[in-house]
Amino acid sequence: MKDMSYAGVMSRRNEIMKQSIGIDYSDFETAGISFDYEKMMREAGYTLEEIVKIQTDVSVGNTPIIELPNITALARKVSKTGQAARIFIKDEACNPSGSFKARRAANAVYHAKKLGYKGVLTATSGNYGAAVASQAAKHGLKCIVVQECYDSKKVGQPEILEKQRACEAMGAEVVQLSVGPELFYTFLALLEETGYFNASLYTPFGIAGVETLGAEIAAQFMEKHKRHPDVVLVTHAGGGNVTGTARGLIKAGATNTQVVGASVDLSGLHMASDQAFNRKSFTTGHTGFGIPFATLPDRSDVPRNAARSLRYLDRYLLVKQGEVFYMTEALSALEGLERGPAGNTSLTAAFVLAQEMKNDEMIVVQETEYTGAGKHQMPQLSFAKKNGIEIKFGDPETEVPGTNIVIPDDPSKIKIRDFDLDRARKSCIKNSLAAAGVKEVSDAEIKYLAEETKSSEDFVKEAIKSLQA
Amino acid sequence: MQGKKGQWVQIHNIVLQPADRAPQVPDDTKQTPLVMWVKGYLNADAEVNKECEITTVTGRTVKGILDEVEPSYSHDFGKYVPELDIIRDQVRKALGV
Repeated sequence: MKDMSYAGVMSRRNEIMKQSIGIDYSDFETAGISFDYEKMMREAGYTLEEIVKIQTDVSVGNTPIIELPNITALARKVSKTGQAARIFIKDEACNPSGSFKARRAANAVYHAKKLGYKGVLTATSGNYGAAVASQAAKHGLKCIVVQECYDSKKVGQPEILEKQRACEAMGAEVVQLSVGPELFYTFLALLEETGYFNASLYTPFGIAGVETLGAEIAAQFMEKHKRHPDVVLVTHAGGGNVTGTARGLIKAGATNTQVVGASVDLSGLHMASDQAFNRKSFTTGHTGFGIPFATLPDRSDVPRNAARSLRYLDRYLLVKQGEVFYMTEALSALEGLERGPAGNTSLTAAFVLAQEMKNDEMIVVQETEYTGAGKHQMPQLSFAKKNGIEIKFGDPETEVPGTNIVIPDDPSKIKIRDFDLDRARKSCIKNSLAAAGVKEVSDAEIKYLAEETKSSEDFVKEAIKSLQA
Repeated sequence: MQGKKGQWVQIHNIVLQPADRAPQVPDDTKQTPLVMWVKGYLNADAEVNKECEITTVTGRTVKGILDEVEPSYSHDFGKYVPELDIIRDQVRKALGV
């Protein structure tokens, strides 16, 4: 009889992972803390051409890019220079499950079926659950989605409850948990019990699934505008959206396009806190995922995370909850596009970033997500009020996550805050050394850390020196 | 209330008691158990708040305490939020609409 205690299951983690993903990650390990990222993406993933075929066969991808002339006009109205870049949005809500996550799920479920697994299992409270459920339904595989959903009083986040409904509507079993990181224990125990495929968000095939998004943007712009966009803005949660989109842009030749990440600032709220759980309005795309994942990608549910956003980010911007609600409402009021709030994190950042640019420049917000009961600005603000969060108009700079939501009293009050990427790079270097329990590294490891942080070997050496001091 | 064999129900289980929670869990969460909820079809008649056994849609057998018989979805669009009307008016006026 197997030891099913917390410690017992966690001690079998590596064995369970190997069985459930079919990847021997040790094949990609090199010296010390380094591993061969590109080799992993090449050998365990798929080529861009293969992915296009896999996704086209299940009607995923090929979503339209919509210009937002009225949002652009509003940006020009409040811009200090009177100029602002043209803003476009890639309408990923058109995917079968209503978000870009269909791209990740299409690859993962295709791969699971190819390897002969009977079912797929995933741990997510977000759109990815519905995406895996949708693809599993299409391929005739069983599906279990594990969600962190309720606080200890069984009050569920409306956004997560909607995702539960969507998963169940497509035939998935949803296992729901109260708040806490031990979700991973339940997840591992279920993998072991069912023998299903681990459709992790962070496998090479999952991340490669997003490459088509970047490649489509490059191709669609070349066709319509005869050039690539100047900036692509990506909502940053676990980093897969940034990584996959950037890799796709590069593969399609859009090497001069800037890749900018954006997250909702939830600083001060503990993500594993029972009391704070229902005091936030965004369950993804926020700093509670963005910063920890960017600065230590291998904290994910696979031994080596294929989502490594610091390798690709040119800038990382933070916006406030009240600002995203404002832009979500503006999107429906001005453009007639009702889309879910979480995906509009990057739209909010784009609205401000565009004001730093010229009229003839172009900026693409690379996703939208579906909206509906529970995951719409109205139920979310209503839920916040019910939980004692003060909703008021004013300067969003005064917003305190978990206490209030400050809606800008004028669109000119919407701001972006740069998260210092050099600080993130130093954290990443520090975390990589700490996770391995080492203080000194070899030249090969320095080279790896420079790639990992899109910096230089000198930068890494300096960072390590300051750690030792 | 009673659930009949074959009825769609939601059950719950305690996965970890407060004392067994992971060391990195914050203090407020540590005072609560880790609870799991699952839905499925009852394998035999059962009383609400009593032990029962279900078969889930993937065919798993799970034991737990019966929470709800024929659970429905109650998430909605919430209450009227006047702030959203103010935003809508403001952005339209700014563009002269």
